[in-house]
Amino acid sequence: MEVRGLRAGYGSNEVLKGVTARFLEKAVTAIIGPSGCGKSTLVRCLNRMHETAPGTTMSGQVVLYGRDVLSLDPVVLRRHVGMVFQRPNPFPNMSIFDNVASGLVLNGIAGGRSELEGRVEASLRQASLWDEVKDRLRRSALGLSGGQQQRLCIARALAVSPNVLLLDEPCSALDPIATARIEELVLELKKQLTIVIVTHNMQQAARVSDFTAFMLLGELVEFSATGTIFTKPSDKRTEDYVTGRFG
Amino acid sequence: MSAEALARPENRPALKAIPVAGPREQAGDRLFRWSLLLFALSVVVLAGLVAWKLIAGSLMTWKAFGWRFLFSSAWDPVNDKFGALPFIYGTLVSSALALLLALPLGAGSAIFLAELAPRRVSDVCTFLIELLAAVPSVILGLIGIFALAPFLSAVEPWLTKRLGFLPLFQGAPYGVGMLAAGIILALMILPYITIVSREVLLGVPRPLKEGVLALGATRWEMVTRVSLPYSAPGIAGAVFLSLGRALGETMAVTMVIGNTPKISASLFQPGYTMAAVIANELAEAVSDLHLQSLIAIGLTLFGVTILVNAAARLMLLRLSKRHS
Repeated sequence: MEVRGLRAGYGSNEVLKGVTARFLEKAVTAIIGPSGCGKSTLVRCLNRMHETAPGTTMSGQVVLYGRDVLSLDPVVLRRHVGMVFQRPNPFPNMSIFDNVASGLVLNGIAGGRSELEGRVEASLRQASLWDEVKDRLRRSALGLSGGQQQRLCIARALAVSPNVLLLDEPCSALDPIATARIEELVLELKKQLTIVIVTHNMQQAARVSDFTAFMLLGELVEFSATGTIFTKPSDKRTEDYVTGRFG
Repeated sequence: MSAEALARPENRPALKAIPVAGPREQAGDRLFRWSLLLFALSVVVLAGLVAWKLIAGSLMTWKAFGWRFLFSSAWDPVNDKFGALPFIYGTLVSSALALLLALPLGAGSAIFLAELAPRRVSDVCTFLIELLAAVPSVILGLIGIFALAPFLSAVEPWLTKRLGFLPLFQGAPYGVGMLAAGIILALMILPYITIVSREVLLGVPRPLKEGVLALGATRWEMVTRVSLPYSAPGIAGAVFLSLGRALGETMAVTMVIGNTPKISASLFQPGYTMAAVIANELAEAVSDLHLQSLIAIGLTLFGVTILVNAAARLMLLRLSKRHS
């Protein structure tokens, strides 16, 4: 998946000022940068969630497997590019099972009852949540802890077997233990799909990602292998940021 | 004093010296508490007083007819025979009809206003709908007599031709009748349902909507699977409010329902409601039993309103329990 000359904003306020980047398959790309630099807007353009808010603008190219995303039906696109948000957002009116099944039902993927159950279990196992919830699948998802809810949201996104998974600061509302579990999960999941993770936490970027993009004021300052970014960045601003001199 | 000196136990203020609450705050809090209790109780006392007055004023009727008053269709002031059934029927059917018409229309417009319309269009429309709520019921009644009734008497024969095999659509096309009352009532409660539902739908957290959109839901699926279930309790609240209004509405209904104490399966036939008969006959009730029977109708209306609301609430409670 890649973006070329991507510009996006809210009304007259341009947040992304021409970003070009490539997110490699079966790798984790972290996007770091200070608040307001456009990290979230960038990932929200990848599955066209950006345009669902009123008054937003977007131009440039987003390409998925050689096809311009803007020419696709956003509904179809989002089935292939899953997303997990900052705060866990399980559907409060549904049980744990129904939460995971919702994407399958929406997209008409599940065949029969047993296939649906199988897929839900597989997704929950993938999100390493199965053992914790297998005895209470019919209960409300709101009874889970914050970390469990976030893993439920990951399971929900995985259920429709997307090619790309976008994680928008998935740990910002979680404690360190829950964060560690999500990070393990990310490392596990990258064997199967492309992952883009936005994070405020540079240690997290260093721990989970293969590539890191550093953004500043709507521009992509530097994009290279994570090791390079953190040890010998080529741009002075990147160095200042990763060494904690600002931001 | 240095920080170390302050930390020494002998320099700390004795615990007893720290007041738990100053005398002024205590008195103020107590006053506040008791006055609030008084306000809250006054609502209960008022409802109780109304019930008591209604019971005391209708004792003669209950003695004369007993429970049969509620199940009898006789309403004959000349021979002093009274029964409330046609009025109970008229009230319930006209309100149910109103709800049946107004709920899909109101919820539909609310979904449009909250989810689809541009913000400015939505705000202008909402303002106009709020104006509709401010139209006096007598004006709606006039519209009913001069516009709706002639229209209905023209449309009803057509309906009879097409759907006449159903008892609902049989009989002479008077224009005024149960259907006219239901439509006028629907017009009256439509603004409440629409405005409250829109507010509730706008209150659905954005992360939830984004969550379902990110799974590949269309806007329609987002509304039906997330927004509506999330706002169901609020919309139900709007329905209770409207139902209370429809059950007790007097003027507009009196003007278009036909004022005939008969029970008929057809929506085209005239009927009567509890509120309408009180308004029409109270001034000319000559015999004591007639007057007391009208008050008994008032008590029945009071009871029916409470029962319907209680039933609706119970249903909602069941529904929300099934979800959790």
